[in-house]
Amino acid sequence: MTLLAVERIKLFSTRSPWWCMLLALGLTIGVTAIIAANWDNAPMPVLGAVFTHTFGLYVIMVMAALAVTTEYRFGTIKSTFQAVPDRISPMIAKAVVVVLLSGLVGLASAFGSWGLSWVLADDNSELALTTANDWRHVAGVGLVFAAGALLALGVGALVRQTAGAVSIILVFALVVESVVGFIPNIGDDIQKWMPFTVASKFIFGDPDPSAIPEGAGPPAIGELSPWGSFAYFAGIALVIYVISLVVVKRRDA
Amino acid sequence: MIEATGLTKHYGRTVAVDDLSFSVEAGRVTGFLGPNGAGKSTTMRMILGLDNPTRGRVTVDGKDYRSLHKPLHVVGALLDAKWVHPNRSARAHLQWMARSNDIPDKRVDEVLDLVGLTQVAKRRAGGFSLGMSQRLGIAGALLGDPKVLMFDEPVNGLDPEGILWIRQFMHRLADDGRTVFVSSHLLSEMAQTAQDLIVIGRGKLISQTSTEQFIKDATEDTVRVRSPQLERLRELLDGRARVADAAAADGALVVHGVEPSFIGELAAANGITLHELSPQLGSLEEAFMQLTKESVEYHAADADQATDARPIGSHESAG
Repeated sequence: MTLLAVERIKLFSTRSPWWCMLLALGLTIGVTAIIAANWDNAPMPVLGAVFTHTFGLYVIMVMAALAVTTEYRFGTIKSTFQAVPDRISPMIAKAVVVVLLSGLVGLASAFGSWGLSWVLADDNSELALTTANDWRHVAGVGLVFAAGALLALGVGALVRQTAGAVSIILVFALVVESVVGFIPNIGDDIQKWMPFTVASKFIFGDPDPSAIPEGAGPPAIGELSPWGSFAYFAGIALVIYVISLVVVKRRDA
Repeated sequence: MIEATGLTKHYGRTVAVDDLSFSVEAGRVTGFLGPNGAGKSTTMRMILGLDNPTRGRVTVDGKDYRSLHKPLHVVGALLDAKWVHPNRSARAHLQWMARSNDIPDKRVDEVLDLVGLTQVAKRRAGGFSLGMSQRLGIAGALLGDPKVLMFDEPVNGLDPEGILWIRQFMHRLADDGRTVFVSSHLLSEMAQTAQDLIVIGRGKLISQTSTEQFIKDATEDTVRVRSPQLERLRELLDGRARVADAAAADGALVVHGVEPSFIGELAAANGITLHELSPQLGSLEEAFMQLTKESVEYHAADADQATDARPIGSHESAG
């Protein structure tokens, strides 16, 4: 428990996590507000309120990566391992704090977006959260943020450099996953198993028929069910995180 | 107590520490001396379990550092004063360290007071001068009230006031009966701080003795004499000691191999007036360079500018 307090002090006694959280919330809710205010002609579906969650996801992943890489950048990781030489427990404590916080930011951004859509949309008759799927579309964002943060922590601990870790995360999520689809023949099959693509199926997949106007909506690619998709994404995050623990334990600090 | 046996560390092809064995005795100040790049910091990182030895072992109180429970109560260390997040306040920095070893918050205020940083505790550590950072690092080392303290080049880059403060602080720690292990590349600094010396070069042990013994072995003491009857004195000393003229204009003799008292008595017995009779301590730096010459990693083109013997005390201005 004391190590959780340690990581909490570390995270909140510097400014960048605050900025990242504000940016994640602001981007997600702000852009949703613009979408909602301009949603005419048809009732706004629940999915419309969470289109933008990926913006916040990337920002929160940057925050999580920074939580590790700044420790390497400024040498505080050495003080940390000097104080707790088994290395694993402080890294797990950090993960608990960062993952929980990211989940909360995810929930806040999703429900904030949804609430603002309710207020701003001309027709909010379809926005009510009535089914389990509706709840998954919105509350699921919290889970995706949490799993994404775990993935970013793992990448951060493996790479140890802010610039490197952030580029890997953003280039992979924003470029590699879409470019891979252009590979002839096998591209589509590979893309179906890309982690962020699969994660978005958890949020957007299997909407209730009434929620989608004229069959339009964000793509929900993948072979797995929505919850299977989340398990896949979280599984990848966990594997990378555990690899990072093993490496951190063995490597010179 | 710190004990290293056959400690070896390779970074790729570079051998940073090579089969190093030594022990740091409890309750004394031990200097860890060597030229830059000799492997001092690497050794200290291995003591703290930050770097893994390629071979060999180092223990603190008989245990591997990484098996210690709440180690800040056992060993306090300052390896680099810049290992602080620049946007975190001094107090927050100490707070998280304290919390990690179940040290009460009250102790944070105590150590801040001890190093004189109470006034600036809420300021961000990134704005600290090197001297203040160094104090913050020492405060961190003292958090757990440990019996063993370790400092890597603590006076490096400090102004004279800062150096004096650190030196006095280390003496205070030793007077408390703590074990202090402190590294430096300046023998003159160590001569004033340390009782024992562990000297290394290129990762290898050169010597482990008391400071007194080290200086005695490494330097030759001489006596400088000036007198209006210099020639007569020279004749009397002939055969009893090795005599050389000091710098020509000086009109003095430099006498090797006898005590100043001997010359004084000899002069008195023969009615010779003395204008000067001063014992000269061989230059510490010269002795040190002699010892480590073989093992300096990067030589300057002409590093052999040997300095003359200087009077006692002149080395205090070095560093």
